[in-house]
Amino acid sequence: MSFDSTYREDDRKLVGTRPVRPDGVDKVTGRARYGADFNMPGQLVGRILRSPHAHARIVSINTAAAEAVKGVKAVLTAADLPDLTDGNQETYAILDNCMARAKAMYDGHAVAAVAAIDEASARKALKLIEIEYEVLPHVVDVDAATRLDAPVLNESIFTSGVEPAPEKPSNVAARSEFGHGDVDAGFAQADIIIERNYKTEQTHQGYIEPHACVANCNSDGTADLWVCTQGHFVFRQNCADLLGLDVSKLRVTSSEIGGGFGGKTHVWAEPVALALSRKAGRPVKLVMSREEVFRASGPTSATSIDVKIGARKDGKITAAQATLRYSNGPYPGPWAELGAMTSFACYDLENVRTIGFEVLVNRPKVAAYRAPSAPMAAFAVESAVDELAQEVGMDAVALRIMNAASEGSKSSYGPVYGPIGIGPTLEAAQTHPHLSAPLGKNQGRGMACGFWFNFGGQTCTDLNISADGTVTLAVGTVDVGGSRASLSLIAAEELGIPYEDIKAVVADTATLGYNDMTDGSRGTFSTSMATISAARNAKKTLCERAALSWDIPVEDVYWEDGHAKASGPKYGNLQPVSIKEIAAEAGNTGGPIAGHSELVADGAGVSFATHICDVEVDPETGATSVIRYTVIQDAGKAVHPAYVEGQYQGGAAQGIGWALNEEYVYGADGRLQNPGFLDYRIPVCSDLPMIDTQILEIPNPNHPYGVRGVGETSIVPPLAAVANAVSNAVGVRMSHVPVSPPRILAALNDKA
Amino acid sequence: MVEVTLWGGLVPLADNQKTIAVEATTIRELLRKLEEKYPGLREPIKNQVAVAVDGVIYRNDWSQAIPDGAEVLLMRRLAGG
Amino acid sequence: MSSIAVSTTINGDDVEFLCRTDETLLDVLRNRLGLMGAKEGCGTGDCGACSTMMDGRLVCSCLVLGAETQGRSIETIEGMAQGSNLHPLQTKFLEHAALQCGICTPGFLIAAKALLDVNPDPTEEEIRFWLAGNLCRCTGYDKIVRAVLDAAREMRGEQA
Repeated sequence: MSFDSTYREDDRKLVGTRPVRPDGVDKVTGRARYGADFNMPGQLVGRILRSPHAHARIVSINTAAAEAVKGVKAVLTAADLPDLTDGNQETYAILDNCMARAKAMYDGHAVAAVAAIDEASARKALKLIEIEYEVLPHVVDVDAATRLDAPVLNESIFTSGVEPAPEKPSNVAARSEFGHGDVDAGFAQADIIIERNYKTEQTHQGYIEPHACVANCNSDGTADLWVCTQGHFVFRQNCADLLGLDVSKLRVTSSEIGGGFGGKTHVWAEPVALALSRKAGRPVKLVMSREEVFRASGPTSATSIDVKIGARKDGKITAAQATLRYSNGPYPGPWAELGAMTSFACYDLENVRTIGFEVLVNRPKVAAYRAPSAPMAAFAVESAVDELAQEVGMDAVALRIMNAASEGSKSSYGPVYGPIGIGPTLEAAQTHPHLSAPLGKNQGRGMACGFWFNFGGQTCTDLNISADGTVTLAVGTVDVGGSRASLSLIAAEELGIPYEDIKAVVADTATLGYNDMTDGSRGTFSTSMATISAARNAKKTLCERAALSWDIPVEDVYWEDGHAKASGPKYGNLQPVSIKEIAAEAGNTGGPIAGHSELVADGAGVSFATHICDVEVDPETGATSVIRYTVIQDAGKAVHPAYVEGQYQGGAAQGIGWALNEEYVYGADGRLQNPGFLDYRIPVCSDLPMIDTQILEIPNPNHPYGVRGVGETSIVPPLAAVANAVSNAVGVRMSHVPVSPPRILAALNDKA
Repeated sequence: MVEVTLWGGLVPLADNQKTIAVEATTIRELLRKLEEKYPGLREPIKNQVAVAVDGVIYRNDWSQAIPDGAEVLLMRRLAGG
Repeated sequence: MSSIAVSTTINGDDVEFLCRTDETLLDVLRNRLGLMGAKEGCGTGDCGACSTMMDGRLVCSCLVLGAETQGRSIETIEGMAQGSNLHPLQTKFLEHAALQCGICTPGFLIAAKALLDVNPDPTEEEIRFWLAGNLCRCTGYDKIVRAVLDAAREMRGEQA
């Protein structure tokens, strides 16, 4: 099946409008069902026992007393989860993270689990599980963990990517390097060099809905899982792998999801719920508490980044270098590597080198968080570029325009760029009224650019036309932010029928082919492509049916405005026939009419944004208010502009929280001190102003409507935009995010 | 004839070559020939690889044609959030 | 621990239930009465996703005991629409795309209605501070505030 995904300019009537989303009424009436809103008859309550130590060997576990508690139906330890990973490191890390095997690697690491008839019995049983720990020295700081005298988390890890291979194990799991040219020669040509270390603290995606699932594992090997997830097909594979289930026998239904941002692309407690259900012989409902979400799901990395940038006095950058240390948690991941790839992606550089180090620490396993690893690297680089602009004596935007990447630039991570939008977003910023608005006392302005990859991936859709001519569109990408509205617009546009005649639903794993998860800004991009393909296949069939009914060759039939039409003057007496009329006859013309699509949406391209931020800092308390914020980003084609604006505003708000207040605070004992929304302070309504958005539409040549992915890029610039604004407001370079009141006051004191 | 550049992590598995010349017109052909020449690349190619052709990153579509003289890079398959 | 029998009024209906003494109103609504509209985001009164009205007062139902509702009047999101007629706040939230994942939406609607009950013409600042007890991670609050301003205007009978 060949599908032409190249962009075609056309007059589109529905795409770009703002109708009400199809799942909207359920959501405003409380009827929509999220992860914890589902129950199965006879279900048990699942609860998990977690390590109170940051690093400890599990010497013994005695569950006898717990099993004897009235109402307890199953007690689980790692012994109930045999290692079926067959040497696959990634899957083993998932297994060990779900339930510690030999060592507890962080405060909150799951060590045992219980299923009981009610919450009270489950909690009682947890208290009676006897675990003997041998407490080990721990390390939670990303730089401290790289020191030679740091406690080693995993004796079998030797830094990969270094020549010669080291002899001693280390917490530095891997080294990666990107770049081109000769940075030493480049620095030698520079008139001005900025060199600084930047730090960012660990943050959490902060979704309001805790992880929740209901698992039912039958004795015949079939199983059901209701779960809030960004990828039910991926969850199905992970759970099947860990439990030794047949993939096709595990049916995963994704509930509505109350936020994910990457944190729900990984399994945390779901395999445990399934294993509990298997052992107890009854369904198990397992819902994480807010404290468990912070302690034991997947926050992002804490980082320490050294940046060095050199430029001539006319502002042209001659060399740029970054060394990035990213905390991974207890298991190695690609986090520093991602940061190393994105660091200088906005710029056209002759000499650039980035080196990433993955660092193991006794903290929860790091998971993706909206443009993973990019915000921290952008913070460091955009802060340095800002400082450079000030040293050179050039306007911050103008210096970036001078050095911005464009079509034909060799990116710092390897490939040469095709047509990209960094220039347009910077030029739009330059003329935006925000930049010329006056600033008052204690106020400062900052701006920054950001970059992120967009992904395509495997995507299936089913488009079925009912006998009354209305259409059901079944998709497999979980709807995290309103994509059903956009997809309905696209299906309606293609078929030429009203938006209200489309009903978009998210199918489960048993009723639709494999779909990659909703991440990488791919939800609308890839599923819209598959939807267009399915709609075009349906139109072919609709035309065939019309041709049959008219008894004319199918080559003489075409589709327009929701009708099959006969082309050519000889058919002058044949009136156009509508989708309703054709559908009503379907039973007699060959059966139900549908269009399917199974494709890989590739060539999604990359995404750029420029943000501008004004802050006011109280010099007595160090408190910062954001008084104005502007997001400029290229969407290719905004299918439903309100939801594109929503992505821009939401990502910006998360970045603002990360810049000003959010951080994981650890005590000397290696325990997380602030696992709750009171002390892990995300932005509230009174913290933010209206967030202005400007959507640029430079069509993506690899999508029929020009759509680009939009969901992630807007979290990349805010850390630097805010920190630059604060630095300008207080007159001190803020190099440690979050720039919370204590850090600002300390900087002001140092300056005085 | 296509010149493929490998990302750093793959270089040791390909006899420490960073750039390899391969005769191929599609991504599938390119990967197959790389695996034949360097069996150590089989595992990463199966699970972890994305291919950039003239700046566009492909994660799945191995049928994609490689124009003559195109710039081709093997990159790690990335995750989003 | 034995259970207590409680008689209360929920969304105008007489309701009786049994609950343990340590059960919260949120637990009762979700686990005993099948009213799943109120959500548990934190269980400690920090997120507002469980916002409910008790005797005309905005409360976090995770901080109210089920037993405390004896003889009182409770309003939840399920009672906000009148049959199939949505409340203006609900309509405006949809029109303004003031929700993305929607998990915080029931809490915001109850809280916003509580505001408009006491202040039918709030300023943007008043809205922001009133709603500061409801966390949203998806929207950045911009469209939520616009929706509340627009609903308030409509409820005052003003033209757009």
